[in-house]
Amino acid sequence: MPTKTPILQVAALSKSFGGVLAVNNCNLSIREGTITGLIGPNGAGKTTLFNLITGAEKPTAGRILFHGRRIDGLPPHRVFHEGIVRTFQIPRELKTMTLLENLMLVPANQVGERIWNPLLFSGRVSRQERLHFDKAMEVLEFVELSHLRDEFASNLSGGQKKLLELARTLMCDPKLILLDEPGAGVNRVLMQKLVGKIEVLCQELGITIFLIEHDMDLVTRLCNPVIVMSEGRYLAEGTPDEVKKDQRVLDAYLGGQYR
Amino acid sequence: MRTGRLITPVTLLAVTLLIVIIPAERSGWKLSLDTGVIPFLAAFLTTVGIYSIFTLALNVQWGYTGVFNFGVAAFFMVGAYTGAIFSVGPADPDSSLRYVGGFGDVFSPPFLDSEQWLPFIVATLAAGIASGLLALLLALPTLRLREDYLAITTLGVAELLRRVVIQEDGLVNGSRSMIGIPSPLSGYFSADTQRFVDLAIVVVLVAIVFLVVERSIRSPWGRVLRGLKEDEVAVAASGKNVFSFKMQGFVMGAVIMGMGGAIFAFNRGSIGPTTFEHFFATFLIWAMLIVGGSGNNWGAIAGAYVVWGLWTTTLQLNGYDLPDILRSRIFFMRDFLVGALIVIVLLLRPQGLVPEERRVSSWLDRQMRHQRKKPPEPAAAPES
Repeated sequence: MPTKTPILQVAALSKSFGGVLAVNNCNLSIREGTITGLIGPNGAGKTTLFNLITGAEKPTAGRILFHGRRIDGLPPHRVFHEGIVRTFQIPRELKTMTLLENLMLVPANQVGERIWNPLLFSGRVSRQERLHFDKAMEVLEFVELSHLRDEFASNLSGGQKKLLELARTLMCDPKLILLDEPGAGVNRVLMQKLVGKIEVLCQELGITIFLIEHDMDLVTRLCNPVIVMSEGRYLAEGTPDEVKKDQRVLDAYLGGQYR
Repeated sequence: MRTGRLITPVTLLAVTLLIVIIPAERSGWKLSLDTGVIPFLAAFLTTVGIYSIFTLALNVQWGYTGVFNFGVAAFFMVGAYTGAIFSVGPADPDSSLRYVGGFGDVFSPPFLDSEQWLPFIVATLAAGIASGLLALLLALPTLRLREDYLAITTLGVAELLRRVVIQEDGLVNGSRSMIGIPSPLSGYFSADTQRFVDLAIVVVLVAIVFLVVERSIRSPWGRVLRGLKEDEVAVAASGKNVFSFKMQGFVMGAVIMGMGGAIFAFNRGSIGPTTFEHFFATFLIWAMLIVGGSGNNWGAIAGAYVVWGLWTTTLQLNGYDLPDILRSRIFFMRDFLVGALIVIVLLLRPQGLVPEERRVSSWLDRQMRHQRKKPPEPAAAPES
């Protein structure tokens, strides 16, 4: 259930690339237990904001707090261990690895990741492999890809790759999932499924979701609140309906077609 | 896809026929342990074994981790010289042979004929450590960069170290070569028998390296490395410390290369800077891995076998009554042949003779093979 507590706070965050201020003194916060949407015109700095939160880019200035602790400047794998996982706008599946291995890679601190364990204690490694296998199968069933478990990820369709990205985030127990355009390139039927999956994650598993999306239908059905960014700044926030009616938002982004 | 499946056995068979028939024919079909085809095969397989150690090592770096080491020669050379100075005695001030170290006597306490084996074990381990340290040193500044930077760095360092060896001739006797490197167990056998002992030692070592590499790679550890080869950003987003894992893969490969260098030194008895020129010490190893199949440890060995087989048999052709136009050019045609082989493999069978395993984790591999054998289970309907 949504609470008043912010799980993620972004304070005076800036990021410049050369002369371009991709994120410009941005302030926003995400409340725990919500599905928060992030919209804005192209070049508003949405994906850069995701990159900053997940450590893929280092901020030029400002702070990012997760559960009140600073995470800005941490490398991506450390941010992951804090409990934040992300998906990519263009899926980054591990192409010539099977779906199962794409997923079994994810769980943190595996016994078998320390090189001496497979050499000396293969029994322990195997036992944990079985656990991760079962977990991966469960997740694949959740996203309805279990029939493709032994296929290479490169053989999936665009929409299925999106589902695999989502599945990857479920292999650890995240507190916050950042979804970068989960609906892009996904057909309507699959999209319905995706919306359902995301709702289950939030409502039944209590995971906070922060997602970038251009598809206003999806945003309207799924997100509350919606945050609007424009030119690297926080512009507005509200329910989907409020945001759609907000004159500043219309000027910046919607071009009046929802009036 | 029937023809596809036949390529590998046919190639292996063809190379086997070449390496047996040509020397057998040259020696007049005599079967003897001293001359002819049998000692040739022993020496041949020993060299293949030594090269397999390098291809297995490069496979860890390139085939699994995706780290582009184009300076295999550097690790090969550091291993070989370290192996040498840990197995020979101290330099005799009266001779013209000058080198540092010479720790062979230090590690041979007077029991169990320890001088026959202990210095070699110490030397092999020291070679691995030296080569691993070099890898660590190179990787710290370059491994975070794009992979091509590492390729250039390793290429440059290999040449640089070779120049140091030539210039600083008090180090390991410079371009006059380090000679008189002993072989393990050589006190027990005649020169003719030693060949087979050398082969046995190399076979045991290849088996150990193979088992260690295969077991460590086909595990969650290897799965992370394999993931890095696909996409470092995605693996980092899955919470893995990319730098650390890349470092582990790179250093592990380098340690094995260093050990291979030591074995090479014992086997040759003399090594000089020309031994470690790029063609032999880097390029040929890459050719073997590409032909055999990078990402598969059996492929790494098969590649060493096939490429070295073609390499030596073409030299044997020199003994035949060839037309002059061929005969004078045969050395260069071999280079051409290796190049052509790479192009052919990349065009027709880019995965190499032995393609990659479908699944990295051996546990998962067994699991899925087992499932495939079973009839398809009734569609388990997950309640949602």
